[in-house]
Amino acid sequence: MLTAILRSLRTGIVTISYPDGPARIPERFRGAPRVRPGSPMEALPPASTCPSGAIAAGEGRYAIDLGRCVFCGRCAEASPDGAIELGREVELASRSRGSLVVEVASGPGGFAVPVPAAPPQGGAAERIRRTLGRSLHLRHLDSGSCNACDWELTALLNPVYDVRRLGIDFVASPRHADGVIVTGPVTRNLEPAVRRTWEAVPEPRIAIAVGACATSGGIAGRSYASAGGAGEVLPVDVFIPGCPPRPEAIIFGILLAVGRMDERRRVSSATGMSRPPALT
Amino acid sequence: MLAAVKEKLARRGAIEPGPRPCDLTVRLERAEDVPAAAAELTALGLGLATLAATDDEANAGRDLEVRYVFEPTGGVAPPLPDLFVTLEVSLDPARPAVPSISDRIPAASWHEREAHDLFGIVFDGHPDPRPLVVHDGWPEGLHPLRKRFDAASRPPVLPAEEFPHLAVEGEGVFEVPVGPIHAGIIEPGHFRFSTVGESVLNLDARLFYTHRGLEKRMEGLSFEDAFFVAERMCGVCSLSHGLGFCEVSEQIAGIVAPARARALRTIALELERLYNHVGDVGNVAAGASYHYGTSAGLRMKEALQQLNEQVAGHRFLRGLVAPGGVRQDVTADLGRSIEAAMATTSEALESLVQRIENNPTVLDRLDGTGLLSQKDAVALGVTGVAARASGVDRDARRDHPHAAYAGEGAQRPSVPTETDGDVHARVMVRVAEARESMRIVRALLGSLPAGPILAAMPEALPPWKIGLASIESPRGAAIHWLRSDATGRVDRYHLRSASFANWPAVAIAAQSSIIPDFPLVNKSFELCYSCTDR
Repeated sequence: MLTAILRSLRTGIVTISYPDGPARIPERFRGAPRVRPGSPMEALPPASTCPSGAIAAGEGRYAIDLGRCVFCGRCAEASPDGAIELGREVELASRSRGSLVVEVASGPGGFAVPVPAAPPQGGAAERIRRTLGRSLHLRHLDSGSCNACDWELTALLNPVYDVRRLGIDFVASPRHADGVIVTGPVTRNLEPAVRRTWEAVPEPRIAIAVGACATSGGIAGRSYASAGGAGEVLPVDVFIPGCPPRPEAIIFGILLAVGRMDERRRVSSATGMSRPPALT
Repeated sequence: MLAAVKEKLARRGAIEPGPRPCDLTVRLERAEDVPAAAAELTALGLGLATLAATDDEANAGRDLEVRYVFEPTGGVAPPLPDLFVTLEVSLDPARPAVPSISDRIPAASWHEREAHDLFGIVFDGHPDPRPLVVHDGWPEGLHPLRKRFDAASRPPVLPAEEFPHLAVEGEGVFEVPVGPIHAGIIEPGHFRFSTVGESVLNLDARLFYTHRGLEKRMEGLSFEDAFFVAERMCGVCSLSHGLGFCEVSEQIAGIVAPARARALRTIALELERLYNHVGDVGNVAAGASYHYGTSAGLRMKEALQQLNEQVAGHRFLRGLVAPGGVRQDVTADLGRSIEAAMATTSEALESLVQRIENNPTVLDRLDGTGLLSQKDAVALGVTGVAARASGVDRDARRDHPHAAYAGEGAQRPSVPTETDGDVHARVMVRVAEARESMRIVRALLGSLPAGPILAAMPEALPPWKIGLASIESPRGAAIHWLRSDATGRVDRYHLRSASFANWPAVAIAAQSSIIPDFPLVNKSFELCYSCTDR
């Protein structure tokens, strides 16, 4: 017992500073793909390059759906001259599904020009913040995930991320929860359980979709076995892209849901993003 | 063994080498011969590895086909020959039926139920013909892996009666339903316990809640696109399953990954095993309410997942391997980071193991809990840690050598076994394997062959060829079966994960326990639901 305490003291604090400090991102990390502005449109790889169908191209437009992207980096590999490059930010979560689609259009001379994204909406978050305060207790709802998103939720409870320090926790019953955090595309076999879990959460309640599958169906898509995303079954408040999203990306999405952080605006720009301080 | 198989089965049908040159395929003339042929293989010490059904409607005069793949089992003393024996049979289009082998070979039970649901094959005389993959309200006569079934269709949910769970009747017997949504952050499954007091009389586990139709999703894809789906069948087995798909597509294409790629793949496989195993030691501590151990396990796992991200750009090692080799090299700097991580993990693991072994309260929970006998393990075709903890000396790295476990300068893993078959034995096997993984990683880092890391793959695979591989994932052997179609795309890919093989054993192990021990028993097997359900 004594040696265990001594060992813990020797180890010191291992918890990261995020969200007060920046997320630590290793060099090989593959973030969100984006079209470098000014790239010739014809240099962009065809839509069929994407194994999850996240790219839509045609009629002078080119759109990448970060909600469907599995962050494999194949589109960037297929752009040897850098027309598509991978970003390094993890704060990708959004309150609206539509604003996860990042689009460019063909400008003068056939060069890519960013299409402005719709402004994020903040009304619901403010209402939730007023009712629930800054703390949030969530019920995890696996709607057919591959378990990678689930294990990242477990990682949030490890000493390194320790989300309880932020007033966030996972509870055993939907009756005890302020909302659900959903992983998986909602399989046919789980749809009744997903609906019943949601109905068991007292109002006001929120739903957070974690990962490509819960956001859009991801690599599973929509099929005989998959509804194609949590939004097909529940009113989702926040979508967190990733396959799976990194733990910091999930923390950002949860804080966004309760209005403790602001949505980052995604533009198809190679310029680095400035990081406004957390609202907490 | 090869000669004995040939001699025994010669009168049942034509025998040819394949899918790999060292394997045998027996084409049975009549479906009625399946049980007799299977019994002959069982008598020779072979067990069922996987069952792959295919829809051959596209080929004139043919319909459904079933392939039973056997391999030498734990009943046989090592060294075992690297051998798969396939029994192949065509079914009558008018009535696609074949006698069930599940009463004699329990490992076949779930395979046959799955093939019934997905293909409509009738296994005559199956002891438990309840639906497995499709759940309540699925229209009868609709089978999603038939080629004529449209993957994008959304069949209606029909009114259905309650699922017929196996019930125990008698005075004082209670049923306890648990799931599919659980209290912790875990995957969904439904467990129906029949109990007297705290003692479990029977456990009926219902899975396939996370069935996403991924095998259907892969049909018609190029092998390059299909790889990304294979990699996402499971989170914590991403590397193993991605690699298994690479191995079978390379086999079909006749490509061998370069030596350096094979060594890097082996390092990655061992890193995957290691982060799973140390995390699972922590998970067992959680099941035994030993919170210091839980935290220590989670921290070790986190450090190794951060290492994964340095190596592969991904915390679950996705995107590292690719058909033909690997996409990213291990530089000298990265090699040093890996070495350093091995040193800290080794120290932390030994410290945790010592604490568990010196803690009578924890040991009291682990000893004698969740028993699985060697006999049951062999009959059910249990694999991996669960098998080795019950005295079954099998490991695909040694018995079907792949990556850098084969060839010159191969790293041959030592295979630890225990005989008690309880939670404690499974923890000890994991610990011994984690040590061995670290040894292999260090040895390979010190002797990495120079050269390219990616071999060129053809645009499309050669048509109508089969690839078959067994990869030792953290949970045991995963069997990958792939066939190309006329255009060189995926005709059928089937994954029998280690978890698929092991789930029936969890139900057996639970029966020697009390209900409060079930989380502990479950965590000691630590099976995935997603790569079981697909």
